Amino acid sequence: MKLHEYQAKEVLANYGIPVPEGRVTYFPDDAWMVSMELGLPVVLKAQVLTGGRGKAGGVKIARTSDEVREIAQELFGKKLVTKQTGPEGVVIRKLLVEKAADIERELYFSIVVDRTTSRPTVIASKRGGMSIEEVAEKYPEDIIKIPIDPVTGFLPYQIRRLKYDLGLMAQEKEAAKIFSALYKVFVEKDCSLLELNPLVVTKTGHLLAVDAKMDIDDNALFRRKEIAKMRDLTEADPDELEARFSGLNFIKLQGNIGCMVNGAGLAMTTMDIIKLAGGEPANFLDVGGEATPETIAKGFEIITRDPKVKAIFINIFGGIVRCDKVANGILQALKKVEVKIPVVIRLTGMNREEGMEILKKSGLKFYVANDLKEAAKMVSELANNGGEKSVVEAKKVETKQQNEKKEK
Amino acid sequence: MAVCVYRTSRVLVQGITGKEGSYHAKACKDYGTKIVAGVTPGKGGQEVDGIPVFNTVEEAVKETHPNVSLIFVPPPFAADAILEAVGSGIKTIVCITEGIPVLDMVKVKRVIEKEGVTLIGPNCPGIITPGATKIGIMPGHIFTRGSIGIMSRSGTLLYETADQITRAGLGQSTCVGIGGDPIVGTDYIFWLKQFEEDPETEAMMIVGEIGGNAEEKAAEFIKSGAIKKPVFAFIAGRTAPPGRRMGHAGAIIMGKSGTAESKYQALREAGVHVIENPGVIGETIAKVLKEKAII
Repeated sequence: MKLHEYQAKEVLANYGIPVPEGRVTYFPDDAWMVSMELGLPVVLKAQVLTGGRGKAGGVKIARTSDEVREIAQELFGKKLVTKQTGPEGVVIRKLLVEKAADIERELYFSIVVDRTTSRPTVIASKRGGMSIEEVAEKYPEDIIKIPIDPVTGFLPYQIRRLKYDLGLMAQEKEAAKIFSALYKVFVEKDCSLLELNPLVVTKTGHLLAVDAKMDIDDNALFRRKEIAKMRDLTEADPDELEARFSGLNFIKLQGNIGCMVNGAGLAMTTMDIIKLAGGEPANFLDVGGEATPETIAKGFEIITRDPKVKAIFINIFGGIVRCDKVANGILQALKKVEVKIPVVIRLTGMNREEGMEILKKSGLKFYVANDLKEAAKMVSELANNGGEKSVVEAKKVETKQQNEKKEK
Repeated sequence: MAVCVYRTSRVLVQGITGKEGSYHAKACKDYGTKIVAGVTPGKGGQEVDGIPVFNTVEEAVKETHPNVSLIFVPPPFAADAILEAVGSGIKTIVCITEGIPVLDMVKVKRVIEKEGVTLIGPNCPGIITPGATKIGIMPGHIFTRGSIGIMSRSGTLLYETADQITRAGLGQSTCVGIGGDPIVGTDYIFWLKQFEEDPETEAMMIVGEIGGNAEEKAAEFIKSGAIKKPVFAFIAGRTAPPGRRMGHAGAIIMGKSGTAESKYQALREAGVHVIENPGVIGETIAKVLKEKAII
């Protein structure tokens, strides 16, 4: 779960980490009033859950009262298109208005869990303000990496080293306090990323977290209720949200073949093989370990809501989920949700025969494939040939395959 | 021969009285696995399908001498359950639980490294040596005993791969799900070494997915010359959009790292037989091994 910058700064402030004075606002007038309280100049920052805000024009400085009004008018309701949002962008609904800092120099500081060493790792650099990937590429020698032993925590000698490497001798005490507080936040809030870029040294010689990014481990939200409450649902895709509430793992994509699969790995593989067969997946959908008729029906409902979808591919490898149960679920779902586009079903694994028997007896119309390759080919042809019109063609494919099998 | 777990392995099931725990303890037992005890705090003295249940792992170890623990404990308590097994001297642990906080696993990993414990998972289907022992939740009947060792980050994809290998007329020596989380107990390198040493295994299959760099590290290890047997690999998620978690907590492309392309390239450079079409995994392995006159 990603936090907004203003939310992250609230958390940091509670741990005594200095952040600029400011407030989140929801209307242009509101932004103007806050700026008058704070005193000019101010920085207006779009609060959207995506990276690359600054480059996309979502962060602006205002030096006069008129500028505040102009910029606030411009930013509120604007569609911000960043590298990460894709062409559809994200609408700005909140602006953080902050007192502009007098910056002497910019540093970079972050903590992540390094998957290679399985340790929380502090990454820091004298070169703040630009992306750390860019620093890594251009000035690899300027990146400091300190792995932290979870048992001992962020040790004084490691903090000392960091202070020297970042040239913070003048801020000695302050820096030590801030660095150890940052590690405390990371652990106590179950962060998967805590990034200050930049962390600045002000003209008066103090440290200030001018920007803050905080991602929380979803698996830990059960014990971080105060953080879970901060979740902003306004930017999430409504279909994805609905799926999540039904226990489905759904991600919308751009293609025209709806997919329903059990297991994340198999669901990704299904997308891959559809693409190889010349089709385009419309979604990633993992129905999970407990596919009930209700969850399958919900899956159908969400998939068929997308008008782009021209065919559906159900790919189930029975394990914990048995094929007969899935078949019953599909039948129940098809009774509840009217599906007008062709459905290709591939069932295998636990209780496959029973499952296939149930489907055959139902009298409902769908296409049955024996393996992944065949299924992908079938569904891609159905989708590319414009759905229903191609049904006859696909039947031919099916009969041809059956004939071939008989010959064998 | 087999890898890591054997017909003689004595298995403890932690979380045995839960819905999943009791169902799969029975399924493993039916497959032929020696399930010697179960643990659920507060349920000591009960029985599940004839298996005695204890309050603590320590007690279960004292009474029944298990050497493997299979864990079905819910995410908030799973890390503690792993450490309890470690604390009682169990050296092989299989954790099925999905959804353990990453920082809990950071601590677990620190301890298991120090204690020399083999942790399979978490967020995995377990490990199976077909026809001998099944310690996990996989459907036993799709596996056939044979010569291919499979290691996979995903559960259903492990089944798919094993099924294709079986249909191609081959079988599996041991199949292991290493887990779909960012931090797991064992990496591919651990299993590559095991399979290289196992006389029954003639070739190995890496079933990878996007996210992290476990596949790249495996490629580096293979390239160093440590592995002489043929290695095959498939990576799921070539069409996954960057920045999105594809079901598994660990399956996410961050910036330029963790893509299927970079993994394929590293594996290819290491001389691994890369199979880019997931529909032909079984037949490709059979074809290559025939050409090499291994089968």
